[in-house]
Amino acid sequence: MTHLFKAASLIALLGVTACTNADRFDDQNAALGDGNPAVGNGIDQTSLGGANDPTSPAFFSQTIGDRVLFEVDQSTLTAAGQDTLRGQAGWLQTNSDYLAVIEGHADEQGTREYNLALGARRANAVREFLIANGVSANRIRTVSYGKERPLAVCSDESCYAQNRRAVTIISIGASS
Amino acid sequence: MMTRLLSLVAALFVMVAAVPPAQAQEPLQLTLRDGVIEALPFALPTFQAEVAGSEQMAADISRVVAEDLTGTGLFRQIPSSAFISTPAGFGAPVAFADWRAINAQALVTGAVAVNGDQVTVKFRLYDVFSGAEMGEGLQFAGTTQGWRRMAHKVADVVYSRITGEAGYFDSRVVFIAETGPKDDRAKRVAIMDYDGANVQFLTDTSAIVLAPRFSPDGQRILYTSFGSGFPRINVLNVDNPSGQQQLQTAPGEMAFSPRFSRDGRQVIYSLANGGNTDIYRSDLTTGQFTRLTNTPAIETAPSFSPDGSRIVFESDRSGTQQLYIMDANGGEPQRISFGSGRYGTPVWSPRGDLIAFTKQEAGRFHIGVMRTDGSEERLLTSSFLDEGPTWAPNGRVIMFARETQGADGTSSLFSVDITGRNLRRVTTPQGGSDPSWGPLQP
Repeated sequence: MTHLFKAASLIALLGVTACTNADRFDDQNAALGDGNPAVGNGIDQTSLGGANDPTSPAFFSQTIGDRVLFEVDQSTLTAAGQDTLRGQAGWLQTNSDYLAVIEGHADEQGTREYNLALGARRANAVREFLIANGVSANRIRTVSYGKERPLAVCSDESCYAQNRRAVTIISIGASS
Repeated sequence: MMTRLLSLVAALFVMVAAVPPAQAQEPLQLTLRDGVIEALPFALPTFQAEVAGSEQMAADISRVVAEDLTGTGLFRQIPSSAFISTPAGFGAPVAFADWRAINAQALVTGAVAVNGDQVTVKFRLYDVFSGAEMGEGLQFAGTTQGWRRMAHKVADVVYSRITGEAGYFDSRVVFIAETGPKDDRAKRVAIMDYDGANVQFLTDTSAIVLAPRFSPDGQRILYTSFGSGFPRINVLNVDNPSGQQQLQTAPGEMAFSPRFSRDGRQVIYSLANGGNTDIYRSDLTTGQFTRLTNTPAIETAPSFSPDGSRIVFESDRSGTQQLYIMDANGGEPQRISFGSGRYGTPVWSPRGDLIAFTKQEAGRFHIGVMRTDGSEERLLTSSFLDEGPTWAPNGRVIMFARETQGADGTSSLFSVDITGRNLRRVTTPQGGSDPSWGPLQP
């Protein structure tokens, strides 16, 4: 039940704006973000169908949550972020065929170079946490996009908060 | 009267350099006190077409010479409708009284001849009030395709003779051409003339590319590319852009923010390893690398001093981004920025005396300059997002990128004088960011 609630609120949050290619489920999210009264049905009929299969990438990205958010100019994981990452670590341990690339991002309030370095710090904070929670280091790579790929495009805190993120992108690879 | 023109211009630059005026005369002291500089009026009658069929080229070259000069903000063109007479011909005696009467202080005359794909440009510069020529007449010859460069060369000589400073018009800028929405922006390395003309793309849109930087000779370009999926530094030759090569760096997940050394043989850059960004140097030929900083802080945006002996960079080791200078071989750096706010992207001026930087304070971004010891900080611009300054080859003008606010925000190139005057947009066909100004062309 908590999982469902979490997934719904995460999806609603993501649905506020169009998503980048980092989001595998753009259409569902966009549709669900409209405040449509049939949101619950929509979850049941579309994305959560996949997301209810605990071995699916949809479950990883939506039910567990594929991203954590950061405070301004910080790379310290929040308590909520740590909860999400414990879920990610558990999933990655169970589904050992998957590799992960962690994308670090920054909001636009910063110079290009600094934001690249800040994104690298954020991605690495996630990587270190996953390793500490049992995921083998050689399954995780990091990449920073700095401020190059904002998720939300407005120029105020409502968008900046979504852009200060680290997203765990999973793909099938050789297991170790 | 010769001295009047010269001292006026000398005073302009005295003010620019913020040095006590050595020989300013009364009206100019007034100018200084009022904080207003009057642009020097010049006349530039459309260059004469020396052979039939050269008229359009003569008009185009005349226009670009005049635009170069007025674009500095230091000169004002007197419209031809005010002319009392026009030159009888290139080299004919000048009716100085007619030019004095309309207060033209400088007069530029010229002639253009097009023969096939060859074009010849001749010009002479006169100090109207002394009734004498300034320097000797000059002639440039080249292909019609390169006509804008010849116009820029004429303007560079005029600028240089009147101001005593080197020009900067016959130079190019490498930058990032931007298209598309903010969350899916396509970026390409592009090169253009300093005034935004002749844009050519050097990379395609298949990968995010960032922050191209010219080699000191203007022949090669370093830039950061996500082409491999992870940020790496590439180097390409301007004349053969498809033959780019990846720079060998120390091991790490990301290499970015590169710059050439003065001799073009080494590259300083940032490398992130285990999430920590430090500054390194790699030799382009041997691939050998040296680590120059070693802290848990973010060290990035390194820039050499013109003599190559020192490096200015930004670090957040104090808790916020600040500017530091260290020896070119590393070692303990000295912090130079102490004002409020955050300082980034320092760039050493070609003259060696100033550092340009981006400053963030209270939600605004500024381009500023300070002396190399951090004193005499001056902010030149202010907007929602200004960043990434680069110096004109003569150290008098700075180009940078300005991004507008909001979901439809776009980035454009701007230039500003180091006094903070003459802020203007550099017109490019698409959006632009991350400019790097190359050397004056030979």
